[in-house]
Amino acid sequence: MDFLNALVALLNFVVIPGVAYGSQLALGALGVTLIFGVLRFSNFAHGDTMAFGTAIVIMFTWLFQSWGISFGPLPTALLALPFGIAATAALVLATDAGIYKFYRRQKAAPIILVIVSAGVMFVMNGLVRLIIGVEERNFTDGARFLLDGNTFKAATGLAEPLVIKTTVAVTVVVAVICVAALFWFLQKTRTGKSMRAFSDNEDLALLSGINPDRVVQVTWIIAAALAVIAGTLYGLDKSFRPFVYFQLLLPVFAAAVVGGLGSPLGAIAGGYIVALSEVVLTYAWKKVATYVLPDSLAPDGLMQLLSTDYKVAVSFSILIIVLLFMPTGIFKGK
Amino acid sequence: MADTPFLIGENMTGGYGPVDILHNCTIAVNKGEIAVIVGPNGAGKSTAMKATFGMLNLRGGRVMLDGEDITKLSPQARVRKGMGFVPQTHNIFTGMTVEENLEMGAFIRDDEVGIKETMEQIYGLFPILRQKRYQAAGELSGGQRQQVAVGRALMTKPSVLLLDEPTAGVSPIVMDELFDRIIEIARTGISILMVEQNARQALDIADKGYVLVQGANRFTDTGEALLADPEVRRSFLGG
Amino acid sequence: MATSTRNLLLFAGVALLFILTGLFQSWNLSLQILNIGILSAIMALGVNMQWGYAGLFSTGIVGSVALGGLAVVVVSAKPVPEGFAAGGWAVLGGLALGVAVIVAATLLYRAMKPGRLRALAVTALVVAGFFLYRYVFDQGVAAVEAFNPATYGNIGGFGLPSLLAWPVGAIFAGLGAWVIGKIALGLRSDYLAIATLGIAEIIVVVLKSEDWLARGVKNVTGLPRPWPVPYEVDLQADPEFVARVTGWGFDPITASTIFVKLLYLAIFGAVLLAIIWASERALNSPWGRMMRAIRDNEVAASAMGKNVTRRHLQIFIIGSAVVGLAGAMLTSMEGQLVPGVYSPLRFTFLIWVMVIVGGSGNNWGAVLGGLLLGWLWLAVEYLGPGLMGWLTAALPAGDLKTHLIDSAQHMRLVTLGIVLLLVLRFAPRGLIPEK
Repeated sequence: MDFLNALVALLNFVVIPGVAYGSQLALGALGVTLIFGVLRFSNFAHGDTMAFGTAIVIMFTWLFQSWGISFGPLPTALLALPFGIAATAALVLATDAGIYKFYRRQKAAPIILVIVSAGVMFVMNGLVRLIIGVEERNFTDGARFLLDGNTFKAATGLAEPLVIKTTVAVTVVVAVICVAALFWFLQKTRTGKSMRAFSDNEDLALLSGINPDRVVQVTWIIAAALAVIAGTLYGLDKSFRPFVYFQLLLPVFAAAVVGGLGSPLGAIAGGYIVALSEVVLTYAWKKVATYVLPDSLAPDGLMQLLSTDYKVAVSFSILIIVLLFMPTGIFKGK
Repeated sequence: MADTPFLIGENMTGGYGPVDILHNCTIAVNKGEIAVIVGPNGAGKSTAMKATFGMLNLRGGRVMLDGEDITKLSPQARVRKGMGFVPQTHNIFTGMTVEENLEMGAFIRDDEVGIKETMEQIYGLFPILRQKRYQAAGELSGGQRQQVAVGRALMTKPSVLLLDEPTAGVSPIVMDELFDRIIEIARTGISILMVEQNARQALDIADKGYVLVQGANRFTDTGEALLADPEVRRSFLGG
Repeated sequence: MATSTRNLLLFAGVALLFILTGLFQSWNLSLQILNIGILSAIMALGVNMQWGYAGLFSTGIVGSVALGGLAVVVVSAKPVPEGFAAGGWAVLGGLALGVAVIVAATLLYRAMKPGRLRALAVTALVVAGFFLYRYVFDQGVAAVEAFNPATYGNIGGFGLPSLLAWPVGAIFAGLGAWVIGKIALGLRSDYLAIATLGIAEIIVVVLKSEDWLARGVKNVTGLPRPWPVPYEVDLQADPEFVARVTGWGFDPITASTIFVKLLYLAIFGAVLLAIIWASERALNSPWGRMMRAIRDNEVAASAMGKNVTRRHLQIFIIGSAVVGLAGAMLTSMEGQLVPGVYSPLRFTFLIWVMVIVGGSGNNWGAVLGGLLLGWLWLAVEYLGPGLMGWLTAALPAGDLKTHLIDSAQHMRLVTLGIVLLLVLRFAPRGLIPEK
């Protein structure tokens, strides 16, 4: 019984939140890695692209709510997603045409593009604050739980509850759909293959008659869509604050670098590695330990390896370990 | 037919930057024939071939393909006109399967049946590629990678194929086999223009040979005649 | 000579901005902005060394500034003997233990042959070391923070003169740069940008949450001023000073604040000039030429036998140290350490814009950029809400009006971003281009 309780506590506080957060990071990192593969720079504006898209989604959610439209037990934000994606895709395409394209034509060094993207990051950051302000926003509605703690306890007779929030279930399902769709697109469609070819060997892709402008545009649209979805899922699961999204940049980068920049599969693996490490290292293990260990060994402290303030240190440490021991990442990026 | 070359770069002068590498250099190949460019290191062999493909600015001369002046066209446009180019390095998509490499070669075509047909022809020419069609091209051996590279270029059904040192870094046995395949390709009516480091073997299969020195034509003749020319033998073929 | 006239005019234009601020607002404000502008210019010089001389892009400038600020607390804050006695040694011992574990793990990693055994051994050492470190460290922290948390709760500083903290700030920032540079230099250029972003966030988080060190978000106040700057109240109480300034027709209170600011101006200006002098010397030395050669063509330079990564590490450390120095000067002028002010916007991005607008690779450009943008930034901070209030005066009070007034500060982000993008696009060499 104690063992089952421990297992449920582990699932409830570590595995489920870790998987949800991991899915969000994976979607964010996929965008970063696709842009890196095709445009060959680390896009510092990605966190703020996520924030911008989420802000638009929130505005539409409010609009729908004011019209009395809802999505039954699911969050209304899912209905607003396409509008957020459209607006964000338009914004990044305009950014590309107005800003990045010039440097591409010049064949500027990647670091110049990184700096330019940092400039774009601050403009977007300011835009988001202008649009929606700096305060915390909660925009989750619909049913709160897919499985609530009391039902679980009553059904199993365990002392520990197992809770599955609707937002967590939505996150995982949406992430699976997105990843499957993305891989289908990259592996099976002509445009998807041309994107991979362009990322693999730009000169040869040009020789083969692949249109670079089209590849770049498609990449931006996909990256924007992934960013908006990742940002919205994160906001539903936790809450929306522009500054937090800026800080998401580091775990998202860490995930992309761990997997190997340019490798979509790596980005997904990286997302889960970073998220689970973060949760495992910042979780107070006292509860689980109390169930598993005999009373005589019961822990005094919280058994928390790192305070939650240091979440950022986890992504950073993973990043450093990867840079030290395998700079091209697990899946051999560029 | 031999009088009007299929592809000719006439009196080409130019370079990548302000310095001219080619000086009044002429390279040509007839329909269904093999022309080989040889010469010492730094003679501008690759540059001469790339000039016919539009990869550098010409300050003088012109390039004609099948009687049409293509001097002003970009390399991409020349691919659409029927030129295929196999670079010396980075000539495959390493992360993609062999079959995807071929598909990408056919990117500008949209006749799906025709593409399948061409792919079958290429698998017929290079049977090993059929065996490895679902394997990542980057995992293949050097010789097999060259076959993928040539196959990719053939997917556009070019009328002329440019090969930049196709046998660089492969073993002599593989080299012989590659040359055999190149002859086979030429027999289907595709003109071949290639740059080769292995001058003797290359001239052996060449209908026409160009010996370049410092970006200018030094000797031009049939492959056979060049191999027989004592001066060419002494200076460029190591005796 | 046309260029030097142009440069003089540019500097004269910036001077005019400060004079106008003095005439129309107050000299106090003008000098305040000027002092902070000079500190920004010093930071810009440091960043210019990294970017302009060597082409290194760091997104962690705020980290160096914060380390400089921390140095002031460590060196010049009043000691807290009771707090230190309670657990100071345990805290320091714990930290030393942590460092020892990392060193031991590195040595072990180097000593053993690659393979599973090595991975296991190193992991085991790190994990065991981590628990040991936490055991010792946590006890110390609890003891330190238990002592009078409302006033202290930290281990205190050495109580040494504030001036001494400045070089120490440079050393702190240099050490930080050494660690991060060792790891991220020599890889793809993007990695340095990502890694520095991370280390800067961590440094700020440490300052905010490690109460035992610098009281975290409870802030450390009352840091001593650097010699020879006096306190205004002392000046006002000094009959000689009062007599002299009233003799000149000034109000003693205003005169004392301006006198203090002028003293800071003299000290900061001297440091700025010294750094410019040193870096101009360095830039025109064989070392500087080699740096620029490496920046312009890394491949060629490494083919000529130059150890590019090593040179990069050098310049990265020096640049960060200069930023750390300015960070220490800033904290000792403000007399308090407030971790909340260390925002990447203010101390990473703004400095970047200063360097790029001023002219990457040119020291005078960095100084001009520092003064100009320092003025713009602070002028907008002081004048912006007022301006927005004036612009919206006609509007009825309500949501829209509040929103517009609130949005003034966000406009700053957008404006700066746009300025950076425009300069990069249309005048990538900046106002005073590199020679």
